[in-house]
Amino acid sequence: MSNLFDTKNNPAKAYMSFAVLGVLLVLFPFVAANFGNSWVRIIDFALLYIMLALGLNIVVGFAGLLDLGYIAFYAVGAYLAALFGSQQFAVLLESFVNNYPLVGNFLVTLFGPEITQNGIHLSVWLIVPMAAAVAALFGALLGAPTLKLRGDYLAIVTLGFGEIVRIFMNNLNAPVNFTNGPQGINMIDPIRIFGVSLSGEEGSNATLQFGNFSMPSVNAYYFLFLALCIGIIIISIRLQHSRLGRAWVAIREDEIAAKAMGINTRNMKLLAFSMGASFGGISGAMFASFQGFVSPESFSLMESIVILAMVVLGGIGHIPGVILGAVLLAALPEVLRHSVEPIQNLLFGKIWVEAEVLRQLLYGFAMVAIMLNRPAGLWPAPKHEDRISRTNEAAA
Amino acid sequence: MTEQIILKIEGANKRFGGLQALSNVGINIKQGQIYGLIGPNGAGKTTFFNVITGLYQPDTGSFELAGKPYSPSAPHEVARAGIARTFQNIRLFGEMTALENVMVGRHIRTHQGLLGAIFRHPAARKEEADIRRRAQELLDFVGIGQFADRTSKFLSYGDQRRLEIARALATDPKLLALDEPAAGMNATEKLALRELLVKIKSEGKTILLIEHDVKLMMGLCDRITVLDYGKPIAEGVPADIQKNPAVIEAYLGGGH
Repeated sequence: MSNLFDTKNNPAKAYMSFAVLGVLLVLFPFVAANFGNSWVRIIDFALLYIMLALGLNIVVGFAGLLDLGYIAFYAVGAYLAALFGSQQFAVLLESFVNNYPLVGNFLVTLFGPEITQNGIHLSVWLIVPMAAAVAALFGALLGAPTLKLRGDYLAIVTLGFGEIVRIFMNNLNAPVNFTNGPQGINMIDPIRIFGVSLSGEEGSNATLQFGNFSMPSVNAYYFLFLALCIGIIIISIRLQHSRLGRAWVAIREDEIAAKAMGINTRNMKLLAFSMGASFGGISGAMFASFQGFVSPESFSLMESIVILAMVVLGGIGHIPGVILGAVLLAALPEVLRHSVEPIQNLLFGKIWVEAEVLRQLLYGFAMVAIMLNRPAGLWPAPKHEDRISRTNEAAA
Repeated sequence: MTEQIILKIEGANKRFGGLQALSNVGINIKQGQIYGLIGPNGAGKTTFFNVITGLYQPDTGSFELAGKPYSPSAPHEVARAGIARTFQNIRLFGEMTALENVMVGRHIRTHQGLLGAIFRHPAARKEEADIRRRAQELLDFVGIGQFADRTSKFLSYGDQRRLEIARALATDPKLLALDEPAAGMNATEKLALRELLVKIKSEGKTILLIEHDVKLMMGLCDRITVLDYGKPIAEGVPADIQKNPAVIEAYLGGGH
């Protein structure tokens, strides 16, 4: 499997497999759309989860810092996109005017009547880098107090931070309405690229038209997410094989030895938190624009655990494994939702086991099976214990 | 050649609660020497080591490396200043290959950051290639070049010791500090280690060595300091140390 993509030893074969993979990825949504747009939608979400899992993989997989609050950065990205891509900013200004007239009126004159009326609507070209930067900042902020913690203690503290962020989102509607509280923010702008709305223009029934060619909105998002995913995969791979990536792994393997080698572990850990968080922020911004709606419910502890499960189940620290884990765990519940109940209806005329129940059952079962049979994950990083003996045999 | 003093420490003190682990320890290591630090168990050798490499904070003491004062406040700064160490119980980056372990050692002597890693511009590529080449050279130098791609935890014990030395050498140290490198080795491995240390010395490197094996130390070291109960009890060339009554008493007990 791995030698199919070995650009170093077998470039011709590797580029061939990349080309085949590329064609498959491009054709996929058009084929899947024949079976219903919901299948493409499932994969859209899987792509978002791949970005999240790769971000968490930098923190947990490379640097070895067990982070149970990773969803917080997804939330930060999503709420950032919501605040700067919907009416919410106007609502925020209004609540300022009502509660703190002095500040409110100053802000109103500062932003002008247009924003006061309609809120801020930034383009995707600004939202993505902003989401990455703000999430990275949050990553460093939440990482800083945990620098001396390891293992279980770090997990508990980050878990707390994750919950704090969610609770903030839930309650930051008073006295000034930043997040609209539990109701969440809706009517978030769809993404526009070069003037083309990826959700389709109004009245187009969520279809994009390019001359004679048309495609459903979910396909357009698929290609956007795929492009971002590929970008994140490339960045992840390059980071792993760089001076920084090695320093992270060194910290994971032995922090004292890493320090003795001159690695500034504090800075490197903060960098890991920031890098991981920035991927989460981008993914969150995409999620908000794709859904058109965010609410605190989407950012529960369970989500953090699911993303961690993707990393661990796929193969911690190994990028292809993490991608595999993300696709499996993101697609599985959706596939069940779309298949379990219809099949039961067809067979028995009524539903015996709900998809949600079955999902939890399978989740638990998969976890136990993985931990028993493949503790390093489904597709772990290769180990090089036997390479030398093979060359020795060849020499002998 | 004017013999430059590489490491000069005066009046180092370290107390753990009621235990005076180091009292007024001083040391003078000259360029190109193999300097030995010996003493019975619990004499404070490793404590002294941890103090000069920044793992423990000394209570008092003046520290000078190659004529420049340095403060042993953080291990990564000491490494940057030019002291590289190995550990009594080997501390490799187990999941990394031998080559990668040594490449980590190049961390402080290289500069590529986030942008270099992500965009891989020509300067970043060149630096990465240099790191790799230098790491392979060092593996060859310590004699485990053929194991470059092997995960380091699967190396044999002796080779892990060598790898740790190669990793320390990768930081371009002014002083190489080895904490019991021969611990757990058999006679053949010790002989090979001795050859390696002589080879490192012949490259002009300075070595500070802690060791229990007195025989090995006597043949290898240029000068030796003996610690007992945290105090230096003797300092000199090996032949003098061997005859020193205080040393004999420390090792064999009073009334001998």
